[in-house]
Amino acid sequence: MLRLLNLELQKLLLNRTSKILIFVSFILPFFVILLSSLKINVFGFFTLELGELGIFNFPIIWHLTTFFASQFKFFFAIVVVSMIGNEYSNKTIKQNLIDGLSKKEFILSKFYTIVFFSLVSTILISLISFCIGLYYSSYTEASIIFRETEFLLAYFVKLIGFFSLCLFFGMLVKRSAFALAFLFILYILEWILFGLMAWKTDTGMAEKIQNFFPLKSMYKLIDQPFQRIAMTKFPDKANLSYDYVAHWYEMAIVLGWTALFVFLSYRLLKKRDL
Amino acid sequence: MESILTINNLTKKFGYLTAVKDLSFTINKGNVYGILGPNGSGKSTTLGIVLNVVNKTQGDFHWFDGNTSTHDALKKVGAIIERPNFYPYMTATQNLRLVCKIKGVDYSKVEEKLEVVGLLDRKDSKFKTYSLGMKQRLAIASALLNDPEILILDEPTNGLDPQGIHQIREIIKQIAAKGTTILLASHLLDEVEKVCSHVVVLRKGVKLYSGRVDEMISSHGFFELKTNKQEELITLLENNTAFKSIKVEGDLITAFLDTPMASEDFNKYTFEQGIILTHLVQRKESLEEQFLQLTDNN
Repeated sequence: MLRLLNLELQKLLLNRTSKILIFVSFILPFFVILLSSLKINVFGFFTLELGELGIFNFPIIWHLTTFFASQFKFFFAIVVVSMIGNEYSNKTIKQNLIDGLSKKEFILSKFYTIVFFSLVSTILISLISFCIGLYYSSYTEASIIFRETEFLLAYFVKLIGFFSLCLFFGMLVKRSAFALAFLFILYILEWILFGLMAWKTDTGMAEKIQNFFPLKSMYKLIDQPFQRIAMTKFPDKANLSYDYVAHWYEMAIVLGWTALFVFLSYRLLKKRDL
Repeated sequence: MESILTINNLTKKFGYLTAVKDLSFTINKGNVYGILGPNGSGKSTTLGIVLNVVNKTQGDFHWFDGNTSTHDALKKVGAIIERPNFYPYMTATQNLRLVCKIKGVDYSKVEEKLEVVGLLDRKDSKFKTYSLGMKQRLAIASALLNDPEILILDEPTNGLDPQGIHQIREIIKQIAAKGTTILLASHLLDEVEKVCSHVVVLRKGVKLYSGRVDEMISSHGFFELKTNKQEELITLLENNTAFKSIKVEGDLITAFLDTPMASEDFNKYTFEQGIILTHLVQRKESLEEQFLQLTDNN
């Protein structure tokens, strides 16, 4: 396993473009969160300090940071898609197989890399959330700090799921740009299907089914936190309440998709003549 | 003899097109094999199948004694197919180290093999800055990293300039001299003739011949003759049953033998008949002539 990971890391880290993209996808969310936690003086008119709003309180901070950080997953998605695209355009995939890598090992080395970077990203996010939380949070009891850390798990699962989808599209179309276009098409397709279902049945039913779609199920893992923040500000408004918890079954759906995408990528490669 | 690769009734279809049809042959240790065939005769497809990159339609093949899986066997094989494929943004050393990781070979081999192909002074240049000849030599270095039991080369001199072709051939000869089994696919016949002891001839995916190079055609060779009494010599040859056919081009007469005959016997015979030869060469058909005969007749 380490051998396969090592192999893929060499391919990625010696490539300048992917090095920059990896750097951006990890450092950028890190900085955005860090900056937003600072006290910002807007041209001397007023001081903007998001920390004062109570959004960096435990346990809501876990929700907030994972939600924002997951918006930056697109950068690493480019890396995932291009690491397949490059293998095809350089024909190195053929050479790798001739040199004695099995098709299964080839897919696994890509998948391990995805898991590795998702893990690194999750650890980074949890560290920074923990530090900012400790600094701002009004509550620092261990029981409150570690409440809702399942958002971190959800974040991890979400990244793996999304990148596995990219891996599959990369294998399917062999070209990085087309694979990214496919992601966009899938996004539109999910909404069209949702629209059709909402039209034929009712919206509630359609939404339930939509929660099983690949992109939507990944999005659903970490619901948007704005409404929740509003909820804490106006606790008496009952119509604001919604289900924001990262449920186990939501993770199960995404893990199901992940397994399917990795398996399909393998089947695709196995059937293909290179 | 120890077999390295055995292919049984291998068939590959691309849609309606049959690229390889019911192909069987065995590669034994220590020989240098050539796979000959015109473009599109299924050479690369056959190699692709045994190298695990093309899926077979029917039949089977096994490496060594048949107890190793193909991808494990490939770690003991060195192969280059068509173009040299490497990561353009990595240097030669980095590329070879990657191959070391795949094959499970120690890094110390990298410099040793770069030395063999004469690329040691450019080892830290990026692959994309290499000329085609250098790329092809790097590919050979990469194929040699694991000290393979068999080296498979598919059109290794394609697209190279004369110096490049010469360099590659010298390297191949050196490797063959060390006793490594080599399988060389090519449509360049002089290339095969110069280095191979055995050939497999393919046409449209069908095997026409497999065996030793010098036994490819059951022929006793021919004489190339010149004389001042051309008419008389032609009549003489036509009346002699030892010759099956005669070809005249200008003042050069080519007489094909039907039974074995030594040149000194023939020389003595013509002299006794009062014909003095000014030019006498006994030859066997070159591989090219044999190959064309095989592929045209069938």
